[in-house]
Amino acid sequence: MSTQASSNAFLSNLGRIYGLYTGAFLGFVVILGILEYAGLPRVYIGYAFVALTIGVYAAIGIMSRTSAVSEYYVAGRSVPALYNGMATAADWMSAASFIGMAGTLYLTGYNGLAFILGWTGGYVLVATLIAPFLRKFGAYTVPDFFAFRYGGNTARFLAIIVLMSCSFTYVVAQIVGTGLIGARLLGMSYETAVWIGLAGILVCSFLGGMRAVTWTQVAQYIVLIIAYLLPVVILSAQKYGIPFPQLTYGDVLAQIASKEAEFRAAGQVVTPAVGYLTPSFANPALSGGLLWVEYVNYFGLILCLMVGTASLPHVLMRYFTTPTIREARKSVGWSLVFIFILYFTAPAYAAFAKLEVYNSVIGQPLSAVFSSDSLSWIRSYGRPGLGLVRICGAEISTIEALVRACAAAFPAMNATAASPITLSMFAIHPDGIVISTPEIAGLPYVVAGLVAAGGLAAALSTADGLLLAMANALSHDIYYKMINQNATTETRLKVAKGLLVLVAVAAAYVSSFNPADIVAMVAWAFSLAAAGFFPALVLGIWWKRTTTQGAIWGIIAGFSITLFYLVGTRYNAVWFFETFRGLSIATTAQYAAYEAAKVAYAAAVTAGDQARIAATWLAYDRSAQVVANWWGIRNISSGLFGLPLGFLVMIVVSLMTPAPSKELMAFIDEIRRPKGDVLMNEKGDVIGH
Amino acid sequence: MTTKDNDVSYWNATTKLTVTALVVWFFFSFIVHFFAPAMNAFQVPILKFPLGYYMASQGSLIGFVALIFWFCAKQEQIDRDFGNSED
Repeated sequence: MSTQASSNAFLSNLGRIYGLYTGAFLGFVVILGILEYAGLPRVYIGYAFVALTIGVYAAIGIMSRTSAVSEYYVAGRSVPALYNGMATAADWMSAASFIGMAGTLYLTGYNGLAFILGWTGGYVLVATLIAPFLRKFGAYTVPDFFAFRYGGNTARFLAIIVLMSCSFTYVVAQIVGTGLIGARLLGMSYETAVWIGLAGILVCSFLGGMRAVTWTQVAQYIVLIIAYLLPVVILSAQKYGIPFPQLTYGDVLAQIASKEAEFRAAGQVVTPAVGYLTPSFANPALSGGLLWVEYVNYFGLILCLMVGTASLPHVLMRYFTTPTIREARKSVGWSLVFIFILYFTAPAYAAFAKLEVYNSVIGQPLSAVFSSDSLSWIRSYGRPGLGLVRICGAEISTIEALVRACAAAFPAMNATAASPITLSMFAIHPDGIVISTPEIAGLPYVVAGLVAAGGLAAALSTADGLLLAMANALSHDIYYKMINQNATTETRLKVAKGLLVLVAVAAAYVSSFNPADIVAMVAWAFSLAAAGFFPALVLGIWWKRTTTQGAIWGIIAGFSITLFYLVGTRYNAVWFFETFRGLSIATTAQYAAYEAAKVAYAAAVTAGDQARIAATWLAYDRSAQVVANWWGIRNISSGLFGLPLGFLVMIVVSLMTPAPSKELMAFIDEIRRPKGDVLMNEKGDVIGH
Repeated sequence: MTTKDNDVSYWNATTKLTVTALVVWFFFSFIVHFFAPAMNAFQVPILKFPLGYYMASQGSLIGFVALIFWFCAKQEQIDRDFGNSED
């Protein structure tokens, strides 16, 4: 077949093809730089980046179109380890990793490193405990494995519920990400950028499923990593003469620490209060229960993110696409290498930005914001309507407005245009760090356009993977396995593609409202996946005695308690605190704030003033969210309850029910052995025994 | 019989390797960072990082990457030794 031949030619020339692609992309950046120098308006440079990159992804998507089921679901199991690693890295690193991670580190210092550790170490669990065995099983989707190992559609259906609940909010957050990048960096309207994002996702995945997504994700990784590294590499070369920011920011950290000491001596308030380099669990002001809570939250977050990583279906399904089990294992290693390159650069971004703020912003008079050339980035990214940088809570519009805002926020200060900027006056949004670095480094606009293209690539590649995971679960598991087992290949692909468009449009529709809550809910996906999937996946492979009943009740228990904790502490905080008051751990000041807000709310209710009721309720609810907890564990680490409970219930119920059949035991032996064929063939029948 | 014995020893060897890998993983993920405050008193030579911050921002990550490739090599060795290699 000619498609087979051209596909082989493609696979044996991957290095050359992507090498050429990388060269062409760099050449394109240089040409745009020259055009900018020659006077091309900024707006066109931004549009050129969007049009070209999405055009390339679309071309790859169209060239990879397929009518074979195995190509559509698992890219024909022909993706070499290295390229699968690159695709997984793009699949994994979302808009939030690209745009927001450095900002989180900037704001939270050492404690933010929990994200860096948690989002990398999980791959060790994938490589050792899960990926090779799922690859040997030979499923098309993660629920497929659950259905077979745990005998039937109950387990399959539960797996689909867990999969949808951790993937849908996540994909919405990616599309919101494309909207924000378009609005902030390219001057489009938010809605336009959302629908362009939707088009970008669909052209990559619609015609070619997993095969097309794989090869576009590789292309997207190359764009995003160049875009991420370039600004900070140049910044490092400017300041230290060495283009490796990952090595030079050690000195920056030392300067940050000495600056912090100076600020403290001058009576300023440093955030985080313990200092940029110090963990919160080393805070000398804490003791007893409150100190213990800091330890549990820091290490608990690392654990939840790692276990969540090892359980997210859109990541696991990437390891179904390698030619062999050995390649599956190795490609986990490559994935981590490519992720590592971005994650060990993020703290450098944060440190350079921090020092820049300490050295060039703090202590300057307010008027310098409008006159100084080196502070032009504050004007650019703090401008009204964008507001990523704020002074005294106000966007950067006019000096009069700033002075007024500062006078209102700090009445004791007697603000004038000559007042020096202090730490507590200056605020930068987490998303502002990566976005403003090109301008801090004094680079031309073309680099900012490149960063926008990189952020777009990160958002689109993650959205592709998530969308495919959801649409495949619906088309393969629900339609084909549960509704119509006699469907022909053509029908199956038609249904798969139809559902893909449906889910994508639904996600874009939700995104078009710019829901702030959804973005915060992404962090929930890790705890939900950890509690819902991890025990059943690991025990299913590593403990033969795990029974169907054990798995079903374990999944229900672990997932439910995690969801209960998430929703309870976030959306029913007052009720949650009042019900579980005895388990809460917080500071005396936080309890006092809650009681005060409660009294204020009660007074407003008695007075019957609707506006006051609404306002005091908001404060009441917010203060309740601080104290509503079990043993001080933060909402984002709620997997800490679901994970052990899931394991416990699964083990206890398994021991109480009859052992699995001999056939099933033999089947588990088979997936533990790399040698031999996969256990499920094309039609989905088991062929192992 | 012998294939069964072989399977059992193969799985024991695989389990042992996996447990070893998880112990190393646990060390780099959690144990080393318990000592971050104390380690911050030391500086990484030349690079000037405080050691505690360095381990959480780079050291452990390098450990994870090396661990996975080491694990792959060891597991392939075990696969070959027990005749369980894919080819």
